[in-house]
Amino acid sequence: MTTQITPGPSRVHVRTTINGQAHEFLVPPYMSLLDTLREIVGLTGTKEGCLDGNCGACTVSLDGRIVDSCLVLGAEINGKSVETVEGMATADGLHPLQQAFLEEAALQCGICTPGFLVAAKGLLDNEPAPDEHRIRHWLAGNLCRCTGYDKIVRAVQKASAEMA
Amino acid sequence: MVATFEPKSEYKVIGTRPIRHDGLDKVTGRAVYGADIKLPSMIWGAVLRSPHAHARILSIDTSAAEAMDGVHAVVTNADLPQAENEMVDLGEGATNLKWAVDNILASDKALYAGHAVAAVAAADRYTAEEAARAIKVDYEVLRSATNVDDTIADDMPAILEEFVDSPGAQESGHANHVKEFTHEFGDPDAAIAGADHVVEGEFNLQMVHQGYIEPHNATAVWDENDRLKVWTSTQGAFTVRQQIAAVLKIDESRVRVTPLEIGGGFGGKIPIYLEPVAAVLSRKAGNVPVKLVMERRSVFEGTGPAAGGKINLKLGATKDGQLVAADSTLRMEAGGYPGSLVGASGMCIYACYNIPNMRIVGYDVLVNKPKVAAYRAPGSPQVAFAIETLIDDLCEQAGFDKWQFRRDNAAKEGTRRGDGPIFPRIGMEEVLDAAKETDHFNADLGEPAPGNVRGRGFASGYWFNVGLQSSVNLSLNNDGTVELVEGSTDIGGTRASIAMQAAETLGITAEDVNPTVVDTDTVGFTAVTGGSRVTYATGYAAYNAAIEMIDKLKVRASMLWSIDADDVQFEDGVFSSKSDPELSIGFKDLAGKLGDTGGPVTSTGSVDLEAAGGAYGTHICDVEIDPETGKTDVVRYTIVQDAGRAIHPSYVEGQMQGGVAQGIGWALNEEYYMSDDGVMSNSSYLDYRMPTSLDLPSIETVIVEVPNPVHPYGVRGVGEVPIVPPVPTVGNAIKDAIGIRLRETPMNAGRIVSALGS
Repeated sequence: MTTQITPGPSRVHVRTTINGQAHEFLVPPYMSLLDTLREIVGLTGTKEGCLDGNCGACTVSLDGRIVDSCLVLGAEINGKSVETVEGMATADGLHPLQQAFLEEAALQCGICTPGFLVAAKGLLDNEPAPDEHRIRHWLAGNLCRCTGYDKIVRAVQKASAEMA
Repeated sequence: MVATFEPKSEYKVIGTRPIRHDGLDKVTGRAVYGADIKLPSMIWGAVLRSPHAHARILSIDTSAAEAMDGVHAVVTNADLPQAENEMVDLGEGATNLKWAVDNILASDKALYAGHAVAAVAAADRYTAEEAARAIKVDYEVLRSATNVDDTIADDMPAILEEFVDSPGAQESGHANHVKEFTHEFGDPDAAIAGADHVVEGEFNLQMVHQGYIEPHNATAVWDENDRLKVWTSTQGAFTVRQQIAAVLKIDESRVRVTPLEIGGGFGGKIPIYLEPVAAVLSRKAGNVPVKLVMERRSVFEGTGPAAGGKINLKLGATKDGQLVAADSTLRMEAGGYPGSLVGASGMCIYACYNIPNMRIVGYDVLVNKPKVAAYRAPGSPQVAFAIETLIDDLCEQAGFDKWQFRRDNAAKEGTRRGDGPIFPRIGMEEVLDAAKETDHFNADLGEPAPGNVRGRGFASGYWFNVGLQSSVNLSLNNDGTVELVEGSTDIGGTRASIAMQAAETLGITAEDVNPTVVDTDTVGFTAVTGGSRVTYATGYAAYNAAIEMIDKLKVRASMLWSIDADDVQFEDGVFSSKSDPELSIGFKDLAGKLGDTGGPVTSTGSVDLEAAGGAYGTHICDVEIDPETGKTDVVRYTIVQDAGRAIHPSYVEGQMQGGVAQGIGWALNEEYYMSDDGVMSNSSYLDYRMPTSLDLPSIETVIVEVPNPVHPYGVRGVGEVPIVPPVPTVGNAIKDAIGIRLRETPMNAGRIVSALGS
């Protein structure tokens, strides 16, 4: 018995919005959103840590929901809106979370920082005043090996207070 | 509820908490880490790894991979310069060059599942990975062993045949079990025979991984002058240059290494893995840049880890509470090649105490697991588990107070370390005293949830810290700001701690100094970011460079005033004449007049420092355990540590909290879980479960400052010792909670349930 494999298209046409800018490109159907952002769009702020959805370093926001971009295909963002760490600061300055991470020394090596910032923004956008347990619960999908999380949690609490 | 640190000094910059210089790039996604680099004509590489823990490589057929569309090159060990059994120094002591090369790409044998065997360069990453899978390797699978007992069984073959006739193996009786040293002082046998209280125990530890979130990566290209250019995430650009040059058999000066931002290392990014592979792929592909990024599974199976092993320890004390004897045998797993770092274990095991009669015997044990790399105070957490556990047992058996016994026997200036050196001024006593004064030490345990039990433990630990060589260049801008060029890669805020020491010396602000980490062509030799040495040694180099700059500026001021340079003094950021109070000029104003006094002012500082005096910490932990499930929650944790001098207290606290988090993971959950055929069964973050934000409490920090007498600002180095006490601290808390002593890591739910069930 043989299985007939029908070859699919070698590239998929995608029109999408990334950090508020319209983008249009062709992407291999097997390419992850993480690689699409890094290799095709040229946004390397989103980091690779594990490629199996267990570290959160590649967290981005997809139509307002945080996702591990290594578990989403680039082709899936057609017609959708993606926000990455590069979209957090505006012409008015840093996002309060970015400022709080600096002031509270909430990063050491910094490789997990983009994922934590995008994930924390996803929390504060929907719940402006989370308590410490809620913050720790929400961020449990993002691994940090340097800080022990204390200063990250404090930075999120500080940003939450700033934004109130 | 973290204790607020109050700087106890007159310094203007040191002890403050400025925003780190590289912070903006790191919170906006602009910082360029190793995997972020993109060069013209760049192609991607991928590595094929052995699925077998121990196997002879009979043949490698690369033809199918080479025939694939988009494949530019395929390499094996045969494409590396062939190495003999010759000893070379690769920055961390002498090593056999053949083993160093074979760990990059295996030659005759694969020594662990995950050992690199071949590599491919192709147009893109996906094609490279597919082509790597198309390489056919014919293996003869050999018997493997992944723990101490199995590897020294009579019928286990030698993992490295070179050891069969070695003196260390002949003494131990097995080629996989190589005796490294015996340290002996006094008469330990007689002292134990005469002791009123004797305790002994055997401790077993599993390997653990450093767990940095950024996978290893390397990009390399041969340039038009046939120089090799490498971009990588490393703890030491110069040690990478040294290792690459040795493996490729070229002069170090023909290699330029550019350290990009590094996403964690903890010791695991000192060795090279991918760099020579990228270099030979680039050569074979026609000198185009080749980039390699390791997948997570390979990071677990092919890099790191920290040694597991078996430790036997015996302690003896008099009835009035003097620790009089200690005798230990350390069998530490090195992986497939020697280098368990058992020597460091021997330096640390007794270092918290004054023990007049002692012996330490150390063995390097070869097992079919990846070659061990440094992991944050390498070798010390394992032996701390043994001695700090057994001291608690001794106190319980003899009825001694656990704090008072430690304080009465604490090491201090003049105490002899187990391997011989006499301690200079150290802070062990001060750390114990500060721990006793903490709120946590004196607080109630609190009420556990119904059915649960709580317990408290504490323990101490030591790390020797290192000094070594560092270089710093300064150049003065005409607005009075200073460019600082350094060779120490910044893994957790050291741009700030070095710039702050330069700023303090120059009388300017931290923000006035702009630190940059540069490649190996651009600054003098600088040893690795490791050994807790950067703020100590590179900070000292920055201090020296700043002093040289002040001396040069005194000459410039004297030229402005037409007085003798010896008549110029510098205090609080102002140059003035000693003899004429009318003559004075601020640092920044003088910087604006360089054009009138001879042009640019630059300076350099370099150091080669001895060991830094050593760091101590004492930790306190409360756990809550559900006896039904064995689940352990750390409900409160306090770390007390001697920093010498905290340059940037936030990043000192960060080192302390981060080390504790790793140590709690080591204590409760992390391990290399090996299948019967020697393959790591949990090589993903899902299964190798590191602590998350939900697993940890807010870790409370207490910084003690016993200034290091041999550093201008008293710095001791803080990065490593925080990982030393957590394993016994958590273990002592578990014992207090459930009344049962666990002597094997990890002390996970399964072990707790079976201990309670038996």
